Amino acid sequence: MSAFMPIDIDIVHVARLARIDLHPDELESYRAQLGVILEHAAKVQAYDTSGVEPISHPLGFTNAFREDEPAPSLPRDEVLSAAPEARDGYFVAPPTMETE
Amino acid sequence: MTWEPVIGIEVHVELLTSSKMFCGCRVSFGDPPNTNVCPTCLGLPGSLPVPNRRAIEWLVKIGLALNCRINEWSVFHRKNYFYADLPKNYQISQYDHPVCVDGWLDVSGPDGAFRVGIERAHMEEDTGKSIHLGEGGRIHSATQTLLDFNRAGVPLVEIVSKPDIGTPPRARAFAQELREVILTLGVSDARLEEGSMRFDANVSLRRPGGPLGTKVEVKNMNSFRSLERALGYEIDRQRKLLEAGREVVQETRHWDEEAGVTQGMRTKEVSSDYRYFPDPDLVPIVVDTAWRERIAAELPELPAQRRARYLDQGVDPQTASVLSASEPDLRNLYDQAVEAGADPRTTALWVTGEITAALRRDEQLRLPAGGELAELLTLIEQGTVSASAAKEVLAGMLAGEGGAREVAERRNLIQISDSDALSEVVDTVLAENPDAVERYRAGEGKVLGFLVGQVMRATGGRADPRLVNRLLAERLG
Ligand SMILES: [Zn+2]
Repeated sequence: MSAFMPIDIDIVHVARLARIDLHPDELESYRAQLGVILEHAAKVQAYDTSGVEPISHPLGFTNAFREDEPAPSLPRDEVLSAAPEARDGYFVAPPTMETE
Repeated sequence: MTWEPVIGIEVHVELLTSSKMFCGCRVSFGDPPNTNVCPTCLGLPGSLPVPNRRAIEWLVKIGLALNCRINEWSVFHRKNYFYADLPKNYQISQYDHPVCVDGWLDVSGPDGAFRVGIERAHMEEDTGKSIHLGEGGRIHSATQTLLDFNRAGVPLVEIVSKPDIGTPPRARAFAQELREVILTLGVSDARLEEGSMRFDANVSLRRPGGPLGTKVEVKNMNSFRSLERALGYEIDRQRKLLEAGREVVQETRHWDEEAGVTQGMRTKEVSSDYRYFPDPDLVPIVVDTAWRERIAAELPELPAQRRARYLDQGVDPQTASVLSASEPDLRNLYDQAVEAGADPRTTALWVTGEITAALRRDEQLRLPAGGELAELLTLIEQGTVSASAAKEVLAGMLAGEGGAREVAERRNLIQISDSDALSEVVDTVLAENPDAVERYRAGEGKVLGFLVGQVMRATGGRADPRLVNRLLAERLG
């Protein structure tokens, strides 16, 4: 397994994906911090794991289900109390359609 | 040189479970906005999703009906993107370990039977509903979005076909067959207009035998007809581009039903931009052999099997298709009538014909029991009621007037096929119409029709016409 080379971090792209509005002054410090994390991941990836079964979850169990039974929902007043804006029982949001 | 369309279909099916996929909120269409929501489906901090066992079972059921391999081990992933109708900023979905893979569905299309490969079927959750407000109601000029999260978290199964489909009519036939399968399984109401079953299509053109071309995703088709039309338009659009030496751009296009065109919508984020990763809140799903076999044992007779059975029973292919696509109540009526001894072919014609038409006129009608329908068909077969009188008998039965014979008697629709009783009437008619008798004997054959009509009139239309003809012929010798 080749070691990950965390050199080319497109920090502007990463910020856009996370919808974080970074100031140009902040780009460098975030790039550096993210670099440290990726370097750590690269170290982990460097270990020989050929004898280890892959897992998708650290807990050793599966099939944690609930039965299909309705449970009470929240009162709507409470639901909308945290909304910046509400109208007629709806949350109000800015227009979101990305157009051509 | 020609271009060959390559079509793949992506289907989303909302499951009609009692509660949502990861929380206990009700699944209920048409409730007041934001009344079926809780911290989990609103994505509030500290809430934890717990999967609905029945939804997983139903997904396995769908997978088995589509001849898929059921992965013993599968995982939920987070699909990350920002959109106002997605409260958590990620959708719980499945990525490289879906529950169902590698199946197929046989479809009988307008130009014969064909098989469509099923790439996968996986579990995910639905988003909320947005209403875009703005000038002219156009989403492009929306100034505000209203959000209702009642639908957020409703169990959603995504079924992805292989790009196996060559023409828009075949895409439509596949979509219709798939809907019939879903309805037969009873896992969704699969309503296209209400969006509980939604079809998207990927379409590209290539030279026959050549490499695949750039594909375009077409969305917003909410009827089978618009699916077919949208694909027809999109194929045409791409062909024109290619023939003009231009390139097809990979994008998502929106079908505009009114204008009859597809329009570019938003740039599709590439798969890696969704940054799929295993959801740490959810442990893996294991569908072991015992569980899978238990679900397989519950599978009902599927549409293709049903049609084959109807054909075996002697129903003609056209009627078999119509009957197979009919409401379960009507199909049960057919089964029960046949069980009670009725002729399958005739029963199928009555169920898909008169009875379906009557039901369309009045949805509240009470369907007859299978035995009652069988009784009516026996009355016709034995000549006790005429075919036209039988429709009236049926109307009486559907109106709750009683069984077939009871209605026929009460409404005076029993055919007179007793030759003694009918002989009397025939003799009276002959005695009252000496002229006609004279003319007939003089060789004017068409007068016979007049005399038959007189007998029918005298009996209120209840005389068995074959018997009347015979009795008249005997007397006029
Ligand atoms: Zn909820």
